Amino acid sequence: MKSLTASYGRRAPGEPRAVGYLYVLPALVIYALFLLVPFGQSVWLSFLHWDGLTRATSAGFDNYSDIFTDPSLRAPFGHALVLLIFYSALPVCIGLLLAAAMSRIRVRGLTFFRTVLFLPQVLAMVVVGVAWQSILAPDGLLNDVLRAVGLDSLARPWLGDYDWALPAVGIVGTWVMTGLCLVLFLAGAQRIPKELYEAARLDGAGAFREFFAVTLPALRAEIAVALTLTIVAGLRNFDLIYVMTSGGPGEATSVPAYEVYHRAFELNQVGSAAAVGVALTVLIFTLTVTVSRLVEGRRS
Amino acid sequence: MGLRNKGGGRPRARTRTRSRSRTLVPAALAAGLAVIAAGCVPGTDGSGAVQSGGAGGTGGVPDPSKAGNVTLTVWDQEVRGGQNAEIEQLNKEFEDKYPNVRIKRVSRSFDDLKTTLKLALSGNNPPDVVQANQGYPDMVAFVQAGLLTPLDNYAGLYGWNTRYPNTLLNLNRVSADGKQFGTGRLYGISQTGEFVGLYYNKEKLADAGLEPPKTWKEFTDSLATLKDEGELPIQFGNLDQWPAIHTFGVLQDQFGAAETRDTVLGRGDGFDNAHTKEAAALLADWIDKGYLPKDANGRGYDDANKQFADGEGAYLMTGIWVQADLTKPMGDNLGVMAPPPATEGGSPVTTGGQGLSWSVTSKSAHPDVAAAYLDFITNEHAADVMTENGVLPAVPGKAADEVDPDSPDGQMIAAWKRLNENDGLVPYLDYTTPTFYDTVSAALQDLIAGKTSPDGFAKKLQDDYGAFMEKQRGDDAGSEPAGS
Repeated sequence: MKSLTASYGRRAPGEPRAVGYLYVLPALVIYALFLLVPFGQSVWLSFLHWDGLTRATSAGFDNYSDIFTDPSLRAPFGHALVLLIFYSALPVCIGLLLAAAMSRIRVRGLTFFRTVLFLPQVLAMVVVGVAWQSILAPDGLLNDVLRAVGLDSLARPWLGDYDWALPAVGIVGTWVMTGLCLVLFLAGAQRIPKELYEAARLDGAGAFREFFAVTLPALRAEIAVALTLTIVAGLRNFDLIYVMTSGGPGEATSVPAYEVYHRAFELNQVGSAAAVGVALTVLIFTLTVTVSRLVEGRRS
Repeated sequence: MGLRNKGGGRPRARTRTRSRSRTLVPAALAAGLAVIAAGCVPGTDGSGAVQSGGAGGTGGVPDPSKAGNVTLTVWDQEVRGGQNAEIEQLNKEFEDKYPNVRIKRVSRSFDDLKTTLKLALSGNNPPDVVQANQGYPDMVAFVQAGLLTPLDNYAGLYGWNTRYPNTLLNLNRVSADGKQFGTGRLYGISQTGEFVGLYYNKEKLADAGLEPPKTWKEFTDSLATLKDEGELPIQFGNLDQWPAIHTFGVLQDQFGAAETRDTVLGRGDGFDNAHTKEAAALLADWIDKGYLPKDANGRGYDDANKQFADGEGAYLMTGIWVQADLTKPMGDNLGVMAPPPATEGGSPVTTGGQGLSWSVTSKSAHPDVAAAYLDFITNEHAADVMTENGVLPAVPGKAADEVDPDSPDGQMIAAWKRLNENDGLVPYLDYTTPTFYDTVSAALQDLIAGKTSPDGFAKKLQDDYGAFMEKQRGDDAGSEPAGS
């Protein structure tokens, strides 16, 4: 690398060359035009008080300090973090468990199960939301099943219950994300040399030991990818909330992404909406960088 | 009608429940566009609000046929069945009458219109005619930014002031300084009427040995009878958050209709009063006794309506926009009335108003043609076209008299006429302040879940109202008068 200033002619083959930037230029222009410029404008809007129509006035850091002081803005971020358990932690754990089990036991019709588990990923979230809304309705499938097995006391209007609405929406996220994690982990597990397992077994490792000594370390990169994807999906969750609860009951399921829409289009508070959007972006960025550092072990 | 608007109550609500899936993409697009379009100068300077009242139209009734070739761009949200058919027919008739006028119609669902209208209006080439949602977040905000033309001169020329009852006309008024809703200049007129009615299942009532109630007391007494018979007295779903606003509105109106109307229009004493608390206590009591489903907060609005149509529940208290959907499965087993009055033959009161306002934009190059169009789609002939398409006109015409009075549509028209004759309409509660939809819908979910008392409920509403009134007064004191 020390030859960066040297002429191209003396460069070793494969060494980075400035001309590479030319190749990415078209993509970069599109990216800048549709992502970086609007993002910059959002940042700028977040420092204004603006109703979307009349002249804007400067807001300084008001819109940002509101996020920390206004309970109706703080709560959505709290809910988003709770949802991460359901969107990210649970699917990764379940995916690992299933992948480990499948690597030990030969399952007949693996392709079939893999397809079925992955199916939720293919569905539009709006469809998922509508379907689950009817499952979780007071007379829906879930309550019918609970009553049929005598668990009447557990039946409740899930989406209308102040304590259960958020977990109920979260479980839908788990259902959607588990398939993605599983498919990622299965692909990763196929790459693990069989010799490693044989060696572990010869050394007397049980299923438990084998999982922590062989499977888990080998899947490190896949886990990082799965965590990144699910964290992003969990934090920018809008469609499920919009379709299933509109943030209710009360404000029990409001999340930042929904709050952006709500403030910009329904309350005419564009500046505040932009601030929430920017804060959400920063949060997502921080979490994903942390994941790739800690889990994937990548150093810059 | 906002809503989450939340501005007005119903429509948003009503369309939103049906059109969610379709609205996602446009909403996202609009969000993206909003950021791009924001460009360097966010917002107009609001000077338009100060323009002198009523553009054009001072020289007698304008004649669109002399306007040369005109393309009138119209944005509306009448996308559903009868409403769509009625508009299509009227547009065609208008074009036939004035061959030099071409109507370019852009119709989208309520939510889509709401999310895109702001950008369209503030652009350089806005539509000529738009449907604006009454209340602070939309119509008042547009007026404040100077985007709509006052129509008072046209109202005089076309006789709109006498065509409509004052209660309805006032809902389309905004004060000259663009701050106060419900008074001042006229910024639009509406086609259709809306009210929260009491639907009943005739068989269910007969099975319980009941007649359709003639007084409020008969109605409340019948709830206990129905409950004893093992029926669900009133079907109700509030997962969508806004339906309870209408249910509560009806109860509050029974205890103090005039006071509630004054409060919504910003000249009342607010919500810290006996009639608000009595209504809240009654609603909580109904939930408690099982007159309304206990799981209402988890039950979808459309779901509840469908269950009522399937025979679950003897009554249903909701807006007449569900009528077509109920009549289809229930036929003549469906009955509808205004919530019964305190005394037999007395004046009924309920939550209600009118459809979105049809307004003319200030940048329209053809305000005279636009005004003629507004008149055309709201006159007596238009009312008949609406009736034929199963839509309730704000001012029913001759065709309404020919509808079978015992049919659901006939009952609806009769109830509407009676409400208007007795000035029995109270505007949607969410018009009260810019944030009131959020406040009242959350407070009602709390009340239904038993998480708040009637006193706590009233206080929450009063806090929002008081803060807004304070702000209005503060603005008045701090800024010079804006009107001209």
